[in-house]
Amino acid sequence: MSEERGTSFHERLRAARDKRGLDAKPQPSGAELGGIGGTALGIGLRVGMELVSAMVVAVVIGWALDKLFHTTPILMAVFVLLGGAAGVLNVYRAFAPPRR
Amino acid sequence: MPAEAAQPKIDVLGQFRLSPVLGSVNFTQANALMIVGALLVLALLYYGMKPRAVVPGRLQAAAELCYKFVYDMCVDQIGEEGRRFFPFVFTLFFFVLMGNLLGLLPYSFTYTSHIAVTVGLAIMVIIIVTIVAFVENGWHFVTEYFFPKGAPLVLAPLIVPIEVISYLSRVVSLSVRLFANMVAGHAMFEVAGAFTIMLAGFGVIGIIAAVIGPLAVNVVLYAFELLVACLQAYVFAILTCIYLHDAVHLH
Repeated sequence: MSEERGTSFHERLRAARDKRGLDAKPQPSGAELGGIGGTALGIGLRVGMELVSAMVVAVVIGWALDKLFHTTPILMAVFVLLGGAAGVLNVYRAFAPPRR
Repeated sequence: MPAEAAQPKIDVLGQFRLSPVLGSVNFTQANALMIVGALLVLALLYYGMKPRAVVPGRLQAAAELCYKFVYDMCVDQIGEEGRRFFPFVFTLFFFVLMGNLLGLLPYSFTYTSHIAVTVGLAIMVIIIVTIVAFVENGWHFVTEYFFPKGAPLVLAPLIVPIEVISYLSRVVSLSVRLFANMVAGHAMFEVAGAFTIMLAGFGVIGIIAAVIGPLAVNVVLYAFELLVACLQAYVFAILTCIYLHDAVHLH
């Protein structure tokens, strides 16, 4: 008797929570791993950020290595290309479908 | 005098200037607000959890909600191992959140709007993630993370630098995202606020125009900035979780 009443209470509670949309929150956060920024603007800014940050890091590394080895333009030019590739890799990592 | 006052300058970046408080040169309002933010979080957790009621009151519910939110984020993103990183992610999330939210108070200061602070946080995150990866996987981490299994060895000179750059670029993207969001929001406040004052100088019509124009924009902006403040703290924490997941599980 009490068991039955308990389940019906939980069912009613769940129905009420569903109606108010209280339980819907945990699902999207777990569902898409990298999917931050649902809007088009957010996605666009994220892509730009990933591309630029990889390029910045690559240029800094190339510049520093050039300074170290006294090969001024060469390594930086190489690392700019690598930085572009790393940026594309970042974007792919951020928006690739989850592998699980 | 009115002729001079009629040319107000929009000093957008002046609000980010550090100035010493309490007389010490090395202790600025940013440091003071960091301490205030930390104390506020500690006070929320301490006084919120003090009653230890089964049915929580408002403050206890807030404290439990904060705890549960970050806890779920850790477990969802990192997995069951994520519980070990909960204190770190919790501290990080609330440090950033407090910085963003305290900065929205009038006469306050946003310490997360300084690139030094966000870069410091991001470098800390990356160093901890790297240490975790080493402790979890040993040297396996280096070979597997920076050179995926099955790739031809000839491509190693190409793949390894790209992966290293991609790994290090997290510092830049993590820090610049937070810093840029905060600076942009507060700069827009300043611009709209200055427009309000400038328009109000034009008499009654100016005041009416100022109220329906820039002042309304500022009110909307404030709501938007509240969203951005919480969202950016969330993004910072969840990206940390994703990086920790990568470190523990190697992709």
